[in-house]
Amino acid sequence: MKTVKSAFKFKGGVHPDYNKELARAKAIEQMPVPAELVVSMSQHLGAPAKCVVKPGDYVVKGQLLGEKNGFISVPVHAPASGLVKAVEPRQGPAGGKAPAVVLDTTAPAPEGVDASPRTLPPLDWKTATREELLARVNDAGICGMGGAGFPTCVKLNPPPGKRCEYLILNGAECEPYLCADHHLMLERADRVRVGVEIMRKVLGECAVRIAIEANKPDAIAAMEKAFADVAGNVEIVVLPVLYPQGSEKHQIFATVGRVVPEPPALPIDVGCVVENVGTVAAIANAVERGEILLSRVTTVSGDAVAEPKNVEAPLGTKYADLLAFCGGAKEHPAKVISGGTMMGFAVPHLEIATTKTTSGLLFLSPRRVFQYSSQACVNCGRCVRACPMNLNAAEIAKAVEADDVQDAERLHVMTCIECGACSFSCPAYRPITQFCRRAKNSIRARIAAEKAAAAKAAAAK
Amino acid sequence: MKPKETAEHYILSSSPHAHARCSVSRIMLDVLIALLPTTAAGIWFFGMPAVWTIATCVATCLAAESLCRLAMKRENTVGDLSAVVTGLLLALNLPAGIPLWMAAVGSVFAIAVCKQVFGGLGMNPFNPALAARAFMLISFTGPMTTWMRPIAHGCDAATHATDAVDAMTCATPLAFIKKGDYSQLPDLWNLLIGNMPGCIGEVSALALAIGAVYLLWRKVITWHVPVAFLAATAVFAALVGAPIHAHLLTGGVMIGACFMATDYVTSPITAKGKLIFGVGCGVLCMAIRRYGSYPEGCSFAILIMNAVAPLINRWTQPKPFGAKK
Amino acid sequence: MSAILLAVLCVAGIGLVAAVALAAADKYLSVKEDPRIGMITAALPGANCGGCGFAGCDGYARALVAGTAPNGACAAGGDACAAEIAKILGVEAAATEKRVALVKCCGTRSEAIRVGDYNGICDCNVAAATAGGDKGCAYGCLGYGACANVCPKHAISVVDGLAKVDKRLCIGCGKCVKACPKHIIELVPAAATIHVLCANPDKGPAVRKVCGVGCMGCHLCERNSGGKEANHFAFQGFLAKINYENPPTDEQIVAKCPAKCMSVDPHFETGH
Repeated sequence: MKTVKSAFKFKGGVHPDYNKELARAKAIEQMPVPAELVVSMSQHLGAPAKCVVKPGDYVVKGQLLGEKNGFISVPVHAPASGLVKAVEPRQGPAGGKAPAVVLDTTAPAPEGVDASPRTLPPLDWKTATREELLARVNDAGICGMGGAGFPTCVKLNPPPGKRCEYLILNGAECEPYLCADHHLMLERADRVRVGVEIMRKVLGECAVRIAIEANKPDAIAAMEKAFADVAGNVEIVVLPVLYPQGSEKHQIFATVGRVVPEPPALPIDVGCVVENVGTVAAIANAVERGEILLSRVTTVSGDAVAEPKNVEAPLGTKYADLLAFCGGAKEHPAKVISGGTMMGFAVPHLEIATTKTTSGLLFLSPRRVFQYSSQACVNCGRCVRACPMNLNAAEIAKAVEADDVQDAERLHVMTCIECGACSFSCPAYRPITQFCRRAKNSIRARIAAEKAAAAKAAAAK
Repeated sequence: MKPKETAEHYILSSSPHAHARCSVSRIMLDVLIALLPTTAAGIWFFGMPAVWTIATCVATCLAAESLCRLAMKRENTVGDLSAVVTGLLLALNLPAGIPLWMAAVGSVFAIAVCKQVFGGLGMNPFNPALAARAFMLISFTGPMTTWMRPIAHGCDAATHATDAVDAMTCATPLAFIKKGDYSQLPDLWNLLIGNMPGCIGEVSALALAIGAVYLLWRKVITWHVPVAFLAATAVFAALVGAPIHAHLLTGGVMIGACFMATDYVTSPITAKGKLIFGVGCGVLCMAIRRYGSYPEGCSFAILIMNAVAPLINRWTQPKPFGAKK
Repeated sequence: MSAILLAVLCVAGIGLVAAVALAAADKYLSVKEDPRIGMITAALPGANCGGCGFAGCDGYARALVAGTAPNGACAAGGDACAAEIAKILGVEAAATEKRVALVKCCGTRSEAIRVGDYNGICDCNVAAATAGGDKGCAYGCLGYGACANVCPKHAISVVDGLAKVDKRLCIGCGKCVKACPKHIIELVPAAATIHVLCANPDKGPAVRKVCGVGCMGCHLCERNSGGKEANHFAFQGFLAKINYENPPTDEQIVAKCPAKCMSVDPHFETGH
């Protein structure tokens, strides 16, 4: 095992104010179970889980609430024991509504119900088969905890003919404010180590690269200690502090120098699997201890929060409860963001609940919030220089503004990773990222419509 | 009636929620700061006529901008300072002592016809200050090519006291170059500090270079256009056997390369495009100086390249990270 | 003199050669087209609104001649146009009723709650994709003008956070119906005067929480217009919907609506 500096620098990128000092020194705190949990069936990428409980049911901690619904999906479990008050569509952090189970955790267990939490039998990863381990990752409801929420068991099971040569652990945490992964690496380094061993067993022998930004020297030291006696090709790659270093494609380039082709290509096409450190720790817990994924570490921060903290909260904790646990708001926040400031979602109210992908919850005062404007582009080229995907963001935005989505497609808008570097650096305060997102959505809708039409035509024949 | 709001009421916007806090008005302010040394040098060499020309251009541009926006029923954009920059740049590209009404007409043309007609800042195909200068050069050829001899500070008290502009006129170094009469050129030091006849802001190469370094340091401009422009000019001059230093330091090449060709709106957006643009400016400028009927071709060169900029943009689309071709 | 003659001869010669070439091209290279296409295109209004689902009036004309489109799909042209087309095609025209767009929401800024302060691209689809939109009512008009942007006749204006249709200008092309992310625009008979301006099917208290003028499903309008038998209304959840096959005509029911979500001819005039 050795520690190396990243040898590859991608083009573009920006340096936002990191503001990590707010929560950097705060050890992970366990949050008690709040009185009400809102457990969404859509906490991951892909089809929402199929709800298997109904109002009036009493569920115990770890019990299945929603079963896996399709190949790209994961099951959802009860983060705490309680009475199902309702099963209804609730707004998620991203704005869309999805079915959610509302749990009253103060309700007493009915008589005759075994109230002990459900767990899975611990597995010895050294002797367990690959299939057993994959099934365990699936049964524990694990999906990517970095943000996208891609089902982990799908990622760990590459399609035939494709082999993982590099397992890359994403500990970059390049989003401002967030320290959740940082503290996870500090405090649960041994879990990450075990998780890596399990993943290596599942993926077959592969080299391991642990990618950490240079602004977390203590996390790098903790990882060095945990992996000191590891066998095989394992390296800790220290990345320069640059946003979006945590983007999958850029991390692959920064660590192993490989370039993932344009969509629909995936990292596995260049022999890489990238997994967030939190996910890796969850895999270790699921296998070694039989723990189901019922909670996650979330950074509650921002200049409008009384006590910024790194909180381990049950999934489905409402933002209002998280805020109360962190001492409430110092002043009325102008903006509440689920996630980091670069890619997070602004939320309209605090009744929204955490999911498996909620890495942060930020409360920003008016002084930290800026307004987008409808000024014209001055062609300064800052967005083009900032774009890590090397897109002509200015021209894409102008095309979308003129309703010419076709032109945006010609300018490779589908390659955009929506990292926000363009809007961040625009002196005219144009919502460039939103223009890209709009174009991508309408192109996706068009492709879906074309596919549906083709399927219909095929069926008619 | 007050709009109904919920108690929480947060701002909802698409990501990102962080900003580099740069702004168009800050960029324009930086350009103005970068133009300070040049403006000071111009006033030092040409005295009060320069002050009046600058004041007229800036004031007229601001008034024209306000009136245009009012007539177009759009929000007033005086605050973005772009009209001040246009006014100052136009003034710096005029000879001191030009009748002030002509300067005012040029300013109105720059703002109304070259900028607001197209929709305002960001929409204009040509650099407003340069287009106005070209317009004035053709409309008022005489006054636009009548050059004041710079005030000889401390050397000749008699000339300093005189205010008769006509008596002070003389030819620019470029006119001597055009004639092939290199012996009449000022020495290198005077070329550098700008002690020669010419437009208010184009004479002092040193002051312009200081401004350009400030803009580069503030990351308002990138090196591509100025370097490509100056390099192309120098190489062209070397190839045809003309004095390189004279071509670089006289006329509009320095102000053109550092302040006019670097205008965001009218130059290409990518680094590669900027290099092509700069080279084009330099080559055209030298071609006009050498083979055209005008002694100076810098403004025309940049205007022609402005017209080609969209085409260059099309040729030089960046290749996305991971794209095949 | 000879120079002038030479120039005239040259130009005349070039003209002659070009004329021959063009004549030949017309004879041998021309694309044969059904003459009815041109006639129908001329009969159509020429607004190229696309409301028929084809690429402009010419596209619709081609589809009509090819027999792949039904006559009467041109809402803008109406009956007169359909009759003329029928004559050209030699078929019977079916009578169509003039329909106009109606935005089924009356939650203005002063009545409907805004849960946040949306800041971004001014378009309903994009606003709806940002945290679900800033309007408390999930069914309400967002007022960012997606409908107004697609309207070929500029018949829609956004006033006080609400899109309004100018009945006189609307040609019933239905483009706004497709553009609205909340699906609250409907084509209704232009003759109908009484409308329910709400699209929220939730229970009364839930509606009240987000809007001062939302339908609570109290059925009073139905009772006041002759009861269920009169068949003027249909209910979807707790939302009254006008049965436009048999619309109510008694304007009294509008004044008696306790939710104040009904209106007599709410069509707005843009003034141009």
